[in-house]
Amino acid sequence: MVIAREDYDIPVAVRRPLLTRRQRQRRATLVAYSFIAPNFIGFLIFTLGPILFAFALAFMHWDGSNAMQFAGLDNFWRLFSDRAFLTAFWNTLVYTLVSVPATLVCALGLAVLLNQKLRGRAFFRAAMFFPYVASLVAVAVVWNMVFNPEMGPVNMLLYELGIDPKNLPGWAASNSWAMVTVILFGIWKSMGYYMVIYLAGLQGISPELYEAANLDGATSWQKFWHITVPQLAPTSFFVSVMLTIQSFKVFDQIMLLTEGGPGTSTLVLVYHVYNEAFISWDLGYSSMVALVLFVMVLTVTIVQFRLTRED
Amino acid sequence: MAPISLRKLNKTYGALTVVHDIDLEIADKEFIILVGPSGCGKSTTLRMIAGLEEISGGELVIGGDLVNDVPSKDRDIAMVFQNYALYPHMTVYKNMAFGLMLRKAAREEIDRKVTEAARILDIEHLLNRKPKALSGGQRQRVALGRAMVRNPEVFLLDEPLSNLDAKLRGTMRAEIAKLHKRLNATFIYVTHDQIEAMTMADRIVVMKDGHIQQVDTPQILYDHPVNMFVAGFIGAPQMNMLTTTITRTEQGFAARFAGQDLVLPRHLDPRLIAPYEGREVVLGLRPEQFYERAPADIAAENLMEIETLVELTEPMGSEVHLGLTWSGTAITAKLSARCKAREGERLALAVDMSGVHLFDPETQRSLFAPEPVRREMAA
Repeated sequence: MVIAREDYDIPVAVRRPLLTRRQRQRRATLVAYSFIAPNFIGFLIFTLGPILFAFALAFMHWDGSNAMQFAGLDNFWRLFSDRAFLTAFWNTLVYTLVSVPATLVCALGLAVLLNQKLRGRAFFRAAMFFPYVASLVAVAVVWNMVFNPEMGPVNMLLYELGIDPKNLPGWAASNSWAMVTVILFGIWKSMGYYMVIYLAGLQGISPELYEAANLDGATSWQKFWHITVPQLAPTSFFVSVMLTIQSFKVFDQIMLLTEGGPGTSTLVLVYHVYNEAFISWDLGYSSMVALVLFVMVLTVTIVQFRLTRED
Repeated sequence: MAPISLRKLNKTYGALTVVHDIDLEIADKEFIILVGPSGCGKSTTLRMIAGLEEISGGELVIGGDLVNDVPSKDRDIAMVFQNYALYPHMTVYKNMAFGLMLRKAAREEIDRKVTEAARILDIEHLLNRKPKALSGGQRQRVALGRAMVRNPEVFLLDEPLSNLDAKLRGTMRAEIAKLHKRLNATFIYVTHDQIEAMTMADRIVVMKDGHIQQVDTPQILYDHPVNMFVAGFIGAPQMNMLTTTITRTEQGFAARFAGQDLVLPRHLDPRLIAPYEGREVVLGLRPEQFYERAPADIAAENLMEIETLVELTEPMGSEVHLGLTWSGTAITAKLSARCKAREGERLALAVDMSGVHLFDPETQRSLFAPEPVRREMAA
């Protein structure tokens, strides 16, 4: 039986007029925007908006409750006379200059070690990664106990090794040792994560290169220096950029271990931003400090990218 | 002087044995090629010689010294890898000089050796490039150059041409053969390509499942394969294998196939055929033993007429490969390009029986394999 077209029961809503090419294109564009809209709106409200607001705030006086006042470059000039800022700037530099290469070297060393065919390799890899995923508050408490100057096992061990009690390090409680403590904690906390990245890099190196080097007569150290290190250059670049950014932004471990003290010995830029914003309620000035931090991170990243490209 | 002896050499991974007690004597300055299908143990054997794989059992003697536990660098060998293994971050010059630098050779000596090798390989203009800026053939030359600058007694080459296209492979085959003559060193070469093996080697070692099947010159391997594996592996297209029955006729022994008696040539030792009378044997015929018109130099008594059906024609330019059916059995024939047979046609061919091979279907050994080889096979 042949069914005539008028026999179909087509709902009226389906019988749409044919669209022009331009209308079809517009519709396709709208569909595409509708897919990215949820994420984009979230980004606008929670990321881009606050960033732009912070930029603007850096040139304002504002305590968070009274009306904002335009400050021009007042906040900027104030940076140079603010001893706390200069100390925080210096401490951040010290923290970065020490912790970035140290973490990089420790992570690479661990990765090379745990890339060997060792018994219990999986366990040691997991153990090294553990600090990164563990609760920061919990590990900071444990760290403070372990490095307690009075009764911590580290100082007890040093005492047993024959170090004079007067010369035992004061760790987080001492002006001269607090930064060391914070740096050691940072290295211990993040080296497992970067070890995993290095492990991935190591496993991408062709074993034939090492075999060729064996035939060329290379020792283990020569293979490491002439093959592993250059082959891991892209990984090291990534790790150093990430570590530098992370070091400039260090805050949580300072907050938990020393609160910037004793005195200002571990005061870093982000902690200074926090102090100015939420203790002194000087949101304009704290935004200026944050802006300085942003410029530092941006500069270092650009320089590192340039250096790598030249290499 | 670097003769090499492999004595009962074996390699095991846990319970799995991949190389089984192989014995092989490689003469000084010989070009020997290990050939076989994937997984036959040829690369593992080469890597044991190189010192890149631990030897599980047996002895490896190079130049009269037992080197089982000698590190690679002290074996006076150089190796060319399948994927070249060039150091990607070093220039061609540094790739070639690296081994000499590690040995703390004088700068002038390094420079002289690298330049000399580069000149021989015609890569002087590439010395400042990095490997990623080179073509496959150029990388191959650099890998050879890296091996050459050390002036080793033994060159090990692990499928060095497998990443090159067919044309370049042909060129590099000739280059490597020339290099062997020029360098006057022992070459041990691994490939799965029997054409490479046939064209370059002084002797070929055919391997299968970790066992050596046969060691001999390319021509002897082709003319006198000791078993069905070697017969099938050497020669392209591969040898046709027909299940036949040995019968006695007025002209002597014959192999009966599909009711037709294919009289065996008189030069085959009848004492070795007689025990198989009335029993099945596998008759091996190479595709090049078939003719549309038999040449005059083949004795008439060695020619047999057969009727076939053409199933497939593969023109190769200088010749044509025919896929045929002979009494229901598929065979391949390699004929002159003048053959105009078309698919679906019947085709009468002459078979040159003087080059036939006979194999025991149970042991797969040639009935005429020399005794020592047959004993090795049985073991």
